[in-house]
Amino acid sequence: MNAPNPIELVCPAGGLPALKAAVDNGANCVYAGFRDDTNARNFTGLNFDEKSLKDGIRYAHDHGVKVLIALNTYPQNENWSRWTAAVDRAADYGVDAIILADPGLMAYAQRAHPDLRLHLSVQGSATNYEAINFYHERFGIQRAVLPRVLSLAQVEQVIANTKVEIEAFGFGGLCVMVEGRCALSAYATGTSPNCNGACSPGKAVRWEQTPQGLETRLNGILIDRYAEGERTGYPTICKGRFEVDDETYYAIEEPASLNTLEFLPELVRMGIRAIKIEGRQRSPAYVAQVTKVWREAIDNCLRDPDRFAPKAAWMAELNKVSEGQSYTLGAYNRPWK
Amino acid sequence: MKLSLGPLQYYWPRQTTLDFYASVATMPVDIVYLGETVCSRRHELRLDDYLDLAAQLADAGKEVVLSTLTLIESESDLKALRRLVDNERFVVEANEMGAVRLLAEKKLPFVAGPTLNVFNAETLRLLADMGASRWVMPPEAGRELLAGMKPMLPTGIATEVFVYGRVPLAYSARCFTARRFNLQKDTCEFKCIDFPDGMTIRTREGADFLSLNGIQTQSAKVYNLHADLPELAAAGVDILRISPQSTGTAEVVAAFRASIDGKAATLDGDTCNGFWHGRPGLELIGKAA
Repeated sequence: MNAPNPIELVCPAGGLPALKAAVDNGANCVYAGFRDDTNARNFTGLNFDEKSLKDGIRYAHDHGVKVLIALNTYPQNENWSRWTAAVDRAADYGVDAIILADPGLMAYAQRAHPDLRLHLSVQGSATNYEAINFYHERFGIQRAVLPRVLSLAQVEQVIANTKVEIEAFGFGGLCVMVEGRCALSAYATGTSPNCNGACSPGKAVRWEQTPQGLETRLNGILIDRYAEGERTGYPTICKGRFEVDDETYYAIEEPASLNTLEFLPELVRMGIRAIKIEGRQRSPAYVAQVTKVWREAIDNCLRDPDRFAPKAAWMAELNKVSEGQSYTLGAYNRPWK
Repeated sequence: MKLSLGPLQYYWPRQTTLDFYASVATMPVDIVYLGETVCSRRHELRLDDYLDLAAQLADAGKEVVLSTLTLIESESDLKALRRLVDNERFVVEANEMGAVRLLAEKKLPFVAGPTLNVFNAETLRLLADMGASRWVMPPEAGRELLAGMKPMLPTGIATEVFVYGRVPLAYSARCFTARRFNLQKDTCEFKCIDFPDGMTIRTREGADFLSLNGIQTQSAKVYNLHADLPELAAAGVDILRISPQSTGTAEVVAAFRASIDGKAATLDGDTCNGFWHGRPGLELIGKAA
C-alpha cells in the first residue's frame, strides 16, 4: 500500500505567544496577519507588528514550521496601496505563502513576487473545482481553502478534479454562511468581514443585565437574551436567538464548534493536503491544546488509517475549548440535509 | 440611466412566475435578468422555461441576461451551469468564479454579478479582460467605492447598482426555511414557495430584522435608493437594478422610470439605504424621518 499523502496541520497565530504554542505543539504551518484590516481577523490586540512577525518567522523556521500570512480582505481603490505594501512586506520577510481572496491582489502578487506561493483564502468563496481551477490558471494559486459549506462527497469531487492542493477546516468556530458572501455584520454594524476584516466588531457589542435576563446587543440590535445559568456566547448575528412567527429559536445556527476529527481517515483517503484549525482570536492555551490533540490524531491516522478512531481523551480536551461546549460535523456531514 | 429587473430571488409557483414576467414585458425596464440564483432544488421553472421567457421578453424589446446560481457545490450544479453558459443566445450574469472560468474559456461576454466581490479597479480590469461588459456593485458597497472606481473604470464597462428590494446579505449550504419547519434540506417540501417575499426574522423585542429565503438571508427592510438618484447619476451609475417582489414591482419600476425621465415621483415605505452612504445597511440616511 502506498503511504498516504502527508497532511499539513495549519494552526492559528493571533500573536507571538500563540505562534510559539502552535510550533511547540506540532503545527506544520502557522497562519497570521498584520495588525490592520488587510486580514479577516482585524481585532484589537491581535496580530503582528514588524518585530513580532520577524521574531515569529525566525522561531517557526528554526523549528521547521512554515508561516502563512493572511491578506484575505478586499482592498478598494483608495486603500489599494496599503494591501500591495502588505504583500511586499510579507514577501520581504520571507514568509512561506500568502493567503489571498481578491483577484486583483493575486495578480499584483504574481507580478511583483513571482516566486511567492499563493493560497486561495476561504474568503474567496470557491466552492467548486471550476472556481478553484480559475484561480490556479489565472494567478497560479497552489492551494485553496474550502468554505465550510461542502459535504464530504463534494470535497472529494473537488479534489478529484483539480491540481490545486485542498485545505479544509478541521476544528474551531464555524461560519454557517459561505465565507466572503456574508454581509450580515455590515448590515447591522457597518463593519464587514470582506472590507474591514471583522464580523460583529467589539465596539458594537453591548452586554447588559436586565430584569428579563442578560442581553447581548450588536449596534443596539438584540441578538440574544439569556436566562440565569444559561451559557452565554458572543453576539454574532448568525448565532443569535430570534422570533419567527410565534417561535423563538436559533433561527440560523446553534452556537457550536466544528470538529471533524472522526472524518480524518476519510479526509486522508481523499487526498486533503492540509487541515486548518480556526481561532486566531483565541488564547495561546487554546492553540496549544487543539494543536497537540490534532498532531497526535493526524500522526495516529497516518500510521494506520484503517484502525483510526478518535480517542475519548482527545474529544474531551477539544470539547473543553469548543464554542458552546458542543461540536458539530458542520456541512461535511449533513444531518439537516 | 437604464433600469433593470434583477433575478427573482424567491420561489413562486410556476403560473405566478409566468404571469409576473408577462407583466414585465410591458413594464418600462430595459434589462431583465432571468434564472434561479438561490437554490438548485427549485424547479417550478427549468432552464428551457427560462429560455422561452427570455425569447418572449426579447421579442418585447427587453435586453435579457441569464443569471447563474450563486453557490455551486455539486456536479449537477456544474452541469446546470454549463448548460446555461452554452445557451448560445443570451448573455450570462456570472455570480461565482466557476462561471467566469467557463465563460472566459468560450470567449463569451458576461455580466460580473454582485457576488463576485468586485471591490477595486484591478479586479474589474481583470474581469473586463476576460469578457465582462458590465459589473454589478456588491450590495454592501456604496458611493465611496464607486467614486474611487470611476476614474479607473475599464473602457466600455457599465456599472449597475442594486437600488430597490430586500438586500441579499448572505448565502449558506443550509436552508433556513426548511430549518424553520424542522425539515431536512433534501426533503424540504419546498416550503419557501409559501413565502413569496421571504420569512421575516424579528428580534426578541419584536423588531423586523432579517428575511429568510431558503439558503439566502436578506434584509427585512427594503433597500431603496430612489431618493438618492441624483447622487447615483452624478456617480456615473449606468443601470439601476430593482429586485422583484410579490406585489408593487410595477409601481416601483414606474417611480424609478419617472425620476430618470425627470418627472416628480416618490417611493416611500419602511426602507433603508445605509450601504450607499457608507453606514450600517439597515440605516435610513438623509430623509425626513
